[in-house]
Amino acid sequence: MLRITDLSVSYGAISALDGISFAIEQGAIVTLIGGNGAGKTTTLRTISGLLRPKAGRIEFLGEDITKLRPHQIVARGLCHVPEGRMIFSNLTVDENLAMGAYLQSDDELIARNRDYVFSIFPRLKERIRQMAGTLSGGEQQMLAIGRALMGNPKFLMLDEPSLGIAPRLISTIFEKIVEINQQHGITILLVEQNANLALEVSRTAYVLETGHIVMQGESKQLRTDPQLKATYLGG
Amino acid sequence: MPPKPHLALLAALLFAFGVQHFSDQFNPYYLDVLTGIGINVILAVSLNLVNGYTGQFSLGHAGFMSVGAYLSAAVTLYFAPRWFGEDGGTAWQEGGLFLMALLAGGLSAAFAGLLVGVPSLRLKGDYLALVTLGFGEIIRVTFQNVESLGGALGLNGIPPYTTIFWVLAFVAITIFVVTCLVNSTYGRGFLATRDDEIASEAVGLNTTRYKIVAFVIGAFFAGIAGGLYGHFKLTITPTGFDFTKSIEIVVMVILGGMGNTLGVILAAILLTLLPEVLRPVAEYRMVLYSFLLIVLMLARPQGLFNFKFGKSKA
Ligand SMILES: Nc1ncnc2c1ncn2[C@@H]1O[C@H](COP(=O)(O)OP(=O)(O)O)[C@@H](O)[C@H]1O
Ligand SMILES: [Mg+2]
Repeated sequence: MLRITDLSVSYGAISALDGISFAIEQGAIVTLIGGNGAGKTTTLRTISGLLRPKAGRIEFLGEDITKLRPHQIVARGLCHVPEGRMIFSNLTVDENLAMGAYLQSDDELIARNRDYVFSIFPRLKERIRQMAGTLSGGEQQMLAIGRALMGNPKFLMLDEPSLGIAPRLISTIFEKIVEINQQHGITILLVEQNANLALEVSRTAYVLETGHIVMQGESKQLRTDPQLKATYLGG
Repeated sequence: MPPKPHLALLAALLFAFGVQHFSDQFNPYYLDVLTGIGINVILAVSLNLVNGYTGQFSLGHAGFMSVGAYLSAAVTLYFAPRWFGEDGGTAWQEGGLFLMALLAGGLSAAFAGLLVGVPSLRLKGDYLALVTLGFGEIIRVTFQNVESLGGALGLNGIPPYTTIFWVLAFVAITIFVVTCLVNSTYGRGFLATRDDEIASEAVGLNTTRYKIVAFVIGAFFAGIAGGLYGHFKLTITPTGFDFTKSIEIVVMVILGGMGNTLGVILAAILLTLLPEVLRPVAEYRMVLYSFLLIVLMLARPQGLFNFKFGKSKA
């Protein structure tokens, strides 16, 4: 569904990604793990068109999207939940969701997606008229995911959804991510520093280290890999 | 926003007409003050679309105002004697010419906004402020050196077409356009762009286009305000539109609470009235502005008039 080939990205003279390649099949949950500064956010921003790669190729559903603008990529069903809960804090919950459907024109579909978002995150419905900036961290993350779902994605990229969220809510959010994948058939690329959780919910995993993919495989197997355990799984 | 904005606009236009009808009975000094207030409200509300709602920092509003002032004055100075001769035209003829001149001024300011905006709105914050500041100065120096536009002496003998009707009507239209725009589904994009550019792009907004649209609409109304100003003062000089005027408008927007139209209107009224009230110390006006700005930044960074009316946006 998504194929990345020899992707290199740099910020000025600093290289952030150095020729990474991977492919993601339809219907999967794939995780990209790695420490701080490994290049995870850079990878997602490049896929969604927010950054221009120096070299390499990105294909989505067989089409070369490397040179497309972000709005053209969103329009093809590839949606991005940015790192750090970037919600529109001066808009209400409802208006945030409406912005997520910015490129959608089918009112029926928008209403259906909205109902779907409220069914997985009932809390958002309770806070529908509240300014998004006044929500708790976990609620803002739910809103960011809900907003992306309003774009009717076929493929959803989540950048560290567990970052800075109360532990109690982290498990809820991960359950919902699995639910979105299983019930709605949305393919998911999950970026995490929290490797334990990410390997639990995903099928396949890639490990990124300073701009290189250093390890890849079945999440089940990586969880028991001694080397990985030592570096990322705290034991 | 009132529940029926179109009706509110209609009522405001009728009100403007009514005030015009009875204008002989008001003290002309008050009418002049009201005109000054109206022009500043147009400037501040339109700049608020750029600096407040869209979160860009433009320092070029006086530049766009001068484009509108010069262009519309050039139109009436050229056509009025040719069409109406020595005696002037009827009220309707002159009104028609004035409207044409104002639109010409607004559209040329909007075009200038497009020329400045397209290359510079890709820049962030401080750079944009510098580029727009530079633009304002370039415009001023240009007018200063174009002999057919009066050079350093400016344009004189501009016909006195600005009446209280035109001022109030364009105040109403400016508020109407900006309010309807930011409250529309399309217009949420301005606020979204201000709140978070990356998230905006991630949901599919073209933030550069939003910034340019805000910039061009803001420049259009600055041009209209310039046209009203020229046909009110009857003489315009390049120095009347230097960057202190831009800063004056920026202060109104900050004082009103960025992205809060009602607050910005109140701030524009207050800051226009203050020098009138303080006429004896008018030479300290800029000192007063600076002082207010500092006090405000320290005491009320969210804006002097930033009350939360229901679902406030600021
Ligand atoms: N805007 C930027 N300008 C310069 N360097 C950056 C920028 N963003 C990230 N980097 C650098 O690129 C590398 C990868 O960063 P990032 O993709 O954010 O990593 P991660 O998301 O895995 O923590 C880091 O070395 C980081 O310092
Ligand atoms: Mg990151």
